[in-house]
Amino acid sequence: MNKAMNQAFRKRKITYTLAFLVVLALYLISAYITEFDLQTGIKAFPEAAKWMSERLIPDAKAWERLPKILDKLFETALLSVAVTVTAGIGAFMFSLLGSKTTGFRGIINQLVRMTAAFFRNVPDVVWAMVLMFSFGQNILTGYFALFFTTFGLLTRSFIETIDEVSASCVEALNATGANFIQIVFQGIIPSAMTGIITWILYMIETNIRSSTLIGILTATGIGYLFDMYYKRIEFGSAGLVVMAIVVLVIVIETISIQIRKVIK
Amino acid sequence: MTDLAMPIYKKAENPTDISDKRIERGWNGKIRTAPHSKSNTAIKALMFSLVVITVYAFLTFDYKEIDFADAIMATLQNIKTVFLEPRLTRDTVLGMLYQLFVTFCLGILATIFGAIFAFFCSLFCARNISSPIIGGIIKSFIALIRAIPTVLWVLIFAVSAGLGSVAAVIGLTFHSFAYLTKMYSEAIEEVDEGTIEALRAMGANFWQIVFQAIVPSTITYLVAWTFMRFEINFTNAVAMGAAAGAGGIGFHLFMAGNFYFDLHEMGFLTYVVVIAVIVLESVSTKIKEKVK
Repeated sequence: MNKAMNQAFRKRKITYTLAFLVVLALYLISAYITEFDLQTGIKAFPEAAKWMSERLIPDAKAWERLPKILDKLFETALLSVAVTVTAGIGAFMFSLLGSKTTGFRGIINQLVRMTAAFFRNVPDVVWAMVLMFSFGQNILTGYFALFFTTFGLLTRSFIETIDEVSASCVEALNATGANFIQIVFQGIIPSAMTGIITWILYMIETNIRSSTLIGILTATGIGYLFDMYYKRIEFGSAGLVVMAIVVLVIVIETISIQIRKVIK
Repeated sequence: MTDLAMPIYKKAENPTDISDKRIERGWNGKIRTAPHSKSNTAIKALMFSLVVITVYAFLTFDYKEIDFADAIMATLQNIKTVFLEPRLTRDTVLGMLYQLFVTFCLGILATIFGAIFAFFCSLFCARNISSPIIGGIIKSFIALIRAIPTVLWVLIFAVSAGLGSVAAVIGLTFHSFAYLTKMYSEAIEEVDEGTIEALRAMGANFWQIVFQAIVPSTITYLVAWTFMRFEINFTNAVAMGAAAGAGGIGFHLFMAGNFYFDLHEMGFLTYVVVIAVIVLESVSTKIKEKVK
């Protein structure tokens, strides 16, 4: 008994050691390839904390700019809702064609899934730069860049949701002789609604964060404002932009948690 | 016709009879298939407000008098160049694969750091082995981390560490940490209460419980979530390369697009990234199926 237990413990010890060595090797190779220096990294933490608490605090000039920042913040919030809703509507119709539950099989199914995978996996950075050439520093650059990725992501998520929750309900409706429109409106929409809304709320939140990145790349919206203050070394104003984003994200997160509680 | 069916048949004769309280009817006497409930009203209200916000957004956006048709045509032309005529002009295929590997390694580093911090934090976050107060503090800390976009974390750290891999890895680590802490602590909360209790009764200390009960019984989940985060980190590392000059294929994408205006090369790099992501995605789908 004791011997068997010791052996089990020893085996576990060997597994832990091996796992540790594999991770260590991965770390060393990656650090070498990317020229990552752990010491600089560790030193950066106290420096960044000090810098954040000293320089990132909004000064008088920053508060003067508050209306402008809030204006861009509001625009960002509207943008991410508009992107998510329009992409969501398109993705829902598209996901009906891509779902196995609705009865489309074979080629259409595959085609929809491949299109979704394409839109999802082309980095939004690429969309942003391609659109930058034709739309310039316009809000539509951000809109379309976010739209394509959101569309791809939501299509996959909706297909998964529909396949997961609506299958039995659709089967029952099929048996009663309901047509496609009836199946969609009486079966799929009611049963998948909770899942769909959860995804939409999640995407609105994600898009606010992504729009900061897109904004930096395409010189639009709140991202541009941060980038501009940051490059001009007006860190107080940049700090206020960060705070504004934090407040917006937390507000939206709180709202969506409340909504999810009610619709469950 | 059996006796059982009779009452139903009778009811159909008089559709305006709304005496049956169990069945909800609309104003025209039709049976409601979706009953009135708080959740249904909430869903309708939410959908309505989202559509209103969207319409309002499109009406108030500052379009700066752009020629929409022209811009769309130009976009389609550019998309055609990027996706149908990809060509490497500035670099070799081998060089690009190396850059892809660099991005890969950035993702690995952020995942390793995120996973290590997240593992220890999740132990204090999981309700079954930790106190709710500490868990609450960590959770609000995580909410704050998540509220700041990755690119801002990278730029904040770039001030002290300089633009490059160090700032990028630290920036990427923040969101990985937040994500993994949530996932790990949820996995730990699923651990059988009996196992932990048995070890406690034997006098095992906290770390013995962790390494002899919790890790062995959750390891599949931990590994699966870590890999899924790696997939996200890889995509984010591409973006950070572009937005924060962190190197790798993202940086080359950015240079091709914003510096050399070389859409052909951008197309080639995009395909490299897309193929890499699709491979990672299919692996993580397989893992997800196994975990479920």
